[in-house]
Amino acid sequence: MRRYVAGRLLLMVPTLIGVAILTFVIMRAVPGDIVALKYAGSPVPQSVIDEERHQLGLDKPMWQQFTDWMGEIARFDLGTSLWTGHSVVEEIEIRFPLSLELAIIATLLAIAIAIPLGVLAAVRQDTWTDYAIRIFSIGGLAMPSFWIGLLMVLTTITLFGWAPPFVFTPLTVDPFANLAQMILPALSVGYRYSAVSMRMTRSSVLEVLREDYVRTARAKGVRESLVVARHALRNALLPVITVISLEFAFLIGGLVVTEQVFNLNGVGKLLVDAVAHRDYTLIQALVLLLASVFVLINFVVDMVYVFLDPRIRYS
Amino acid sequence: MFNRQIAAFSVALALLLAGCTPAPKGAAPTPSGFAAEQPQPGGTLTFIVNAEPPSFDGHRETTFALLHPIAPHYSTLYKFDPNDLTKVIPDVAAATPEVSADKLTYTIKVRTDVKFHDGSKMTSDDILATYNKIIFPPSGVLSPRAGAYAAVDSIATPAPDSVVFKLKYPSASFATNLASPWNFIYSAAKLKTDIHWYEKNIMGTGPFTYVSNTKGQDWVGKKFPDYFAKDKNGVQLPYLDGYKALIITDANAEVNAIRSKQASIEFRGFTPQQRDTLSGALGTSLAIQEAPWICVNYVVPNTKKPPFDDVRVRQALTLAIDRYAGSTALQKITIVKDVGGLMRPKGPFAQTDADLQKIAGFGTDAAANKAKAKQLLADAGQPSLTFKFLNRNITTPYEPVALFVLDQWKQVGITATHDVKETSAYQADLRAGNFEVALDFNCDFLDEPDLQLAKFWSASGLGKGLNFAYYDDANLDKMIDGQSRETDPAKRKQLVADIEKYAMDTKAYQYPVLWWYRIIPYLNAVRGWRVGSNHYTNQDLETVWLAK
Repeated sequence: MRRYVAGRLLLMVPTLIGVAILTFVIMRAVPGDIVALKYAGSPVPQSVIDEERHQLGLDKPMWQQFTDWMGEIARFDLGTSLWTGHSVVEEIEIRFPLSLELAIIATLLAIAIAIPLGVLAAVRQDTWTDYAIRIFSIGGLAMPSFWIGLLMVLTTITLFGWAPPFVFTPLTVDPFANLAQMILPALSVGYRYSAVSMRMTRSSVLEVLREDYVRTARAKGVRESLVVARHALRNALLPVITVISLEFAFLIGGLVVTEQVFNLNGVGKLLVDAVAHRDYTLIQALVLLLASVFVLINFVVDMVYVFLDPRIRYS
Repeated sequence: MFNRQIAAFSVALALLLAGCTPAPKGAAPTPSGFAAEQPQPGGTLTFIVNAEPPSFDGHRETTFALLHPIAPHYSTLYKFDPNDLTKVIPDVAAATPEVSADKLTYTIKVRTDVKFHDGSKMTSDDILATYNKIIFPPSGVLSPRAGAYAAVDSIATPAPDSVVFKLKYPSASFATNLASPWNFIYSAAKLKTDIHWYEKNIMGTGPFTYVSNTKGQDWVGKKFPDYFAKDKNGVQLPYLDGYKALIITDANAEVNAIRSKQASIEFRGFTPQQRDTLSGALGTSLAIQEAPWICVNYVVPNTKKPPFDDVRVRQALTLAIDRYAGSTALQKITIVKDVGGLMRPKGPFAQTDADLQKIAGFGTDAAANKAKAKQLLADAGQPSLTFKFLNRNITTPYEPVALFVLDQWKQVGITATHDVKETSAYQADLRAGNFEVALDFNCDFLDEPDLQLAKFWSASGLGKGLNFAYYDDANLDKMIDGQSRETDPAKRKQLVADIEKYAMDTKAYQYPVLWWYRIIPYLNAVRGWRVGSNHYTNQDLETVWLAK
């Protein structure tokens, strides 16, 4: 097991290097750069543009830019944002708590909705309860979360003249203000997220309920609630956990449009702004960060499998 | 893409939820707070900025996203009068410049009661250090507007309260360029320690001191108690206790911020639809100011690419556009309105309508213009011309303006494909000359031919990196230089008119479609701010106050 864990951890390194190379090359393959963009429409002489490119190192050969960057990464230095001139770590530090909090709240909401309703739909298969839950979940799948968010904001603003606060207040500073800002985005994201997990829970529980060991448990006279909770649900959770964890990783940096709709100063919005500005160092750092989150969460999920299903052993 | 989807969804949803959005109510379209009312001190103004400032250095940057949150921290030598935005008044200067008879020496007296936010006294040495950085930047210092001061030969400080600019030749625009909103007065001591200090730090002599900046979220300033200026009644300025600039990049979120009264104003401008949404929702709580804008979209044929090297083809492209019909239609849906030449319509250098209508493409007989365009295309051997029309992926106003132009061209047999690119890729194509015809744009802080004609210099000369029509024309260069040195306003206006005729008609190098129009809907508690013809000046918030 230890050897497996060490191997998995080591494998993360080439994975992340691959991501780094791909990001670096793709961003430079896209036409235009930050300097052209910054001075778009302004009567700025070419000499100023050339000087700024020189200062930012954009006039160096691509291989040299790459080796410079890898050198910085090796020293755990993510560099400075080409747009603001501030440390990339500082830029991310500002946004990460919000994105993490939103991902956690949305995930908790999704779990709270998805697992009970998914199990209920499976247990009451082909009844009106099942149909209603399926309609609810298909609604969540069909509607993009940003659209649901827009609907919520327009509803509250039209009916009550209220919109969520536009300035982030940390949970530790003012929980009420924090919740006022986070609740609508968390609901809009959590609903869609729960729909995916709900469908997965339903189908997984349905499959397990047909297993021999469930039949045996029933034959032994175990109460139905215990059959479902102890024998069916636990065994049905593996795929559900996979879906939930991957969605969680996605939420950290993937809520681009939802963050725009609610003007949330999160990692997704930062990434989009960085791409729009062609802020290479910031994009590279963010993609590396998000890839690391994905890789780590995948690893953690694989470890969790062992605890959920004793039959699984890594060697 | 997402923004467009969001916009479409929002419109549909707003109508659905509101039932029927009421027509705009009669919110006063006039600025308030300048005439009868007594300003009330206190309060914090919350406003929206829809982009993030890059560095904090006004000398280095070119975006309004820097000016709106940061200008309140600084003073300039001169500025535009908040009561009459066409007039230049002293800021830290003590009076208007004394100009020598040969118009080559400008002596400026400087106020002696100005303090920096750290308590140090401002002197002419600070003015000298500031303008040396702008006009004669040392190696490694970026100064994109240095060219606007090409006439300056030297700067000297004969006394702590006096600064002298010596020019190489008379310059018509020099005095007004001293009111450039970008020319923040910096501390000579700070610049001496580190010439790049102001890129990441704030310390000026303006009405508000720096409090905080949370990147991507907000910028906060508070009243500077030792600010030098008082109003006409002797009341200490600024009136506000402080301000908070919210960075909101999504157009719908901007509207929601004002609608929910979390922000009072956005100083750049809203679309007619956004204005109407806010007006319908807020009624008399909303005030609206509107003004012509010194921003314009140009149609730019790449003269290096056949058949656009043929003046007849270029003339046909401008003749085909019925700008008056475009104005009527487009002003309802986007931020364009007036028909004009290279100078802002109705501005100090604009031609009369009668003179403008003599220029190809600006006549009012659209049918005759289109017939002539067809004839010119036939003469040039291009009766069914086909090309790609490069545009940037910004909805307001680029997309509707381009679609209108495409339709106009179609009516004379031209098939142009709308080639929409993300801004950076669009800029890369413009700068590489990798296009046939493009929709370019220009925005300035002042009605000033030296600024508005900057894109018209020869592409291999002063127009390098600016002139995307890629022509070289020594005659036009001479004309532009001539007007720049002409200090008699009437003569200069005539020279500018000659340039317009030559550049837009005789040579048809590049030509405006429609000039932009600025619409500012805001909570009517905001007083003491007047919309101007640009979104760069009048942003120090010195005279703004909030009605209780």
